[in-house]
Amino acid sequence: MQRYFHDELQDLRNKLILLGEKSHEAARLSVESLLDNDLEQAEKTLALDDSIDALEKEIGHACTRYISLRSPVSTDLRLILVALKASHDFERVGDEAHTIARKTRDILTREGRFKPSLKIREMSRLSCKLIHDAITCFVEEDIEKAKAVIALDREVDALNNYHYEALASKELKKALTDASRFDAILVSKAIERIGDHAKNLANEVIFLLNGD
Amino acid sequence: MNPKNTPLPSNPTNPIIEVRDFNFMYGSAQALYDISLDIGEKEVTALIGPSGCGKSTFLRCFNRMNDLIDNTRIPGGTIKISDVDIYHKDIDVIELRKHVGMVFQKSNPFPKSIYENIAYGLRIQGIKRKNEIDQVVEECLRGAALWDEVKDRLSDSALGMSGGQQQRLCIARALAVKPKIILMDEPCSALDPVATAKVEELIHVLKENYTIVIVTHNMQQAARLSDRTAFFYLGKLIEYGPNEQVFMNPENPKTEAYVSGRFG
Ligand SMILES: Nc1ncnc2c1ncn2[C@@H]1O[C@H](COP(=O)(O)OP(=O)(O)OP(=O)(O)O)[C@@H](O)[C@H]1O
Ligand SMILES: [Mg+2]
Repeated sequence: MQRYFHDELQDLRNKLILLGEKSHEAARLSVESLLDNDLEQAEKTLALDDSIDALEKEIGHACTRYISLRSPVSTDLRLILVALKASHDFERVGDEAHTIARKTRDILTREGRFKPSLKIREMSRLSCKLIHDAITCFVEEDIEKAKAVIALDREVDALNNYHYEALASKELKKALTDASRFDAILVSKAIERIGDHAKNLANEVIFLLNGD
Repeated sequence: MNPKNTPLPSNPTNPIIEVRDFNFMYGSAQALYDISLDIGEKEVTALIGPSGCGKSTFLRCFNRMNDLIDNTRIPGGTIKISDVDIYHKDIDVIELRKHVGMVFQKSNPFPKSIYENIAYGLRIQGIKRKNEIDQVVEECLRGAALWDEVKDRLSDSALGMSGGQQQRLCIARALAVKPKIILMDEPCSALDPVATAKVEELIHVLKENYTIVIVTHNMQQAARLSDRTAFFYLGKLIEYGPNEQVFMNPENPKTEAYVSGRFG
């Protein structure tokens, strides 16, 4: 039986999806602004962070409220638990994007452009796709897609390792300043973390759908 | 109607009932002490508290049902409904009870047909035309979300209905006199979870048009059904506020203990 307060769960789902889209957007914009030397876009990404944090807080409040006033059980309760965890993962994706955008601002004002592009673009596209797919598997209740996200995250990790090795190589030590190499490692690490959050999200969707 | 999730102001902005420093006694025993609160129009207000704290007594004050009990007295205070002092000597109590209907814990349909349970009250009001009565009976049964279940057996005895249906019939009967306020004293305590859910759904719909005050021992019910909750203890109002306050962050430690089941 559909109860009047079940609308609130739909609201919650919608808010979570919106938060996912915002954090996905922030992740995409942050790396693009870095690779396209676009300071303005980096500033835009930074501005997104407050709205992401605010939305996470709103979701947290809605969850506490629903638990306190509606006594949810079973799938309804799992949705609440997932909303709490997933909103935190999205918020952290936003944080990583924020870190990248801040770095971008530093690099562009210091050096005019980011030199060690390596496989950053490829890696970022992949981790953004994982966030996107994690949102989709939540919306479509698609366990197979969730499993695919978990598997693909390994490729993001592999690209991160590639960057570590490349940046430690003799050629790049010669070609780049220490500061540039350090920046590149930070950016690569942030993108790798975004992939990890996508993987967490996929695991949360699996928990939501089958309870384990 | 209050859109979901937006916190209510801490006091109703549109009170229909205003209680001020209200006291009530059964003989020499005081049952209510200095109660003051406002009940919002078209809101659901829940009264909670341990057995004997005065919830039913307080509820019955709103339609002066306590007048029917011997030796009761109001040593001080007022209750106004729509700005009228309901204990003023000029008040027509019968008229008051038309405005303020009541539904009891044990459903108490008359031992008559489903149809007659509602038509009876209408005839007493002087409505005689058959087609007008038919129309109101249907309206009330629809209003109580019962029409589809009983429309083909209106002439069957009301006593043959399930407990949940009987309770909704009593609500339908209360609607027949077009009250503004409906008082409910533990309306679901004898019902199973499904029948309870149906009555709760009904109450949720009714609040678009009616003000509802409900006594319940079921904390989850108070939390999910009402807009505001008043917690009573030993005849005193301990805390009254929007459910976000009372169930999520109560101000009084006694309320906290009671709503979290740590009382006593
Ligand atoms: N008809 C009556 N005559 C005398 N005392 C009464 C009467 N009805 C209630 N009381 C007393 O008034 C106090 C409040 O009773 P009331 O029935 O209002 O409590 P309640 O909160 O509704 O309890 P419950 O949860 O058990 O229904 C109690 O001490 C009770 O004994
Ligand atoms: Mg009682």
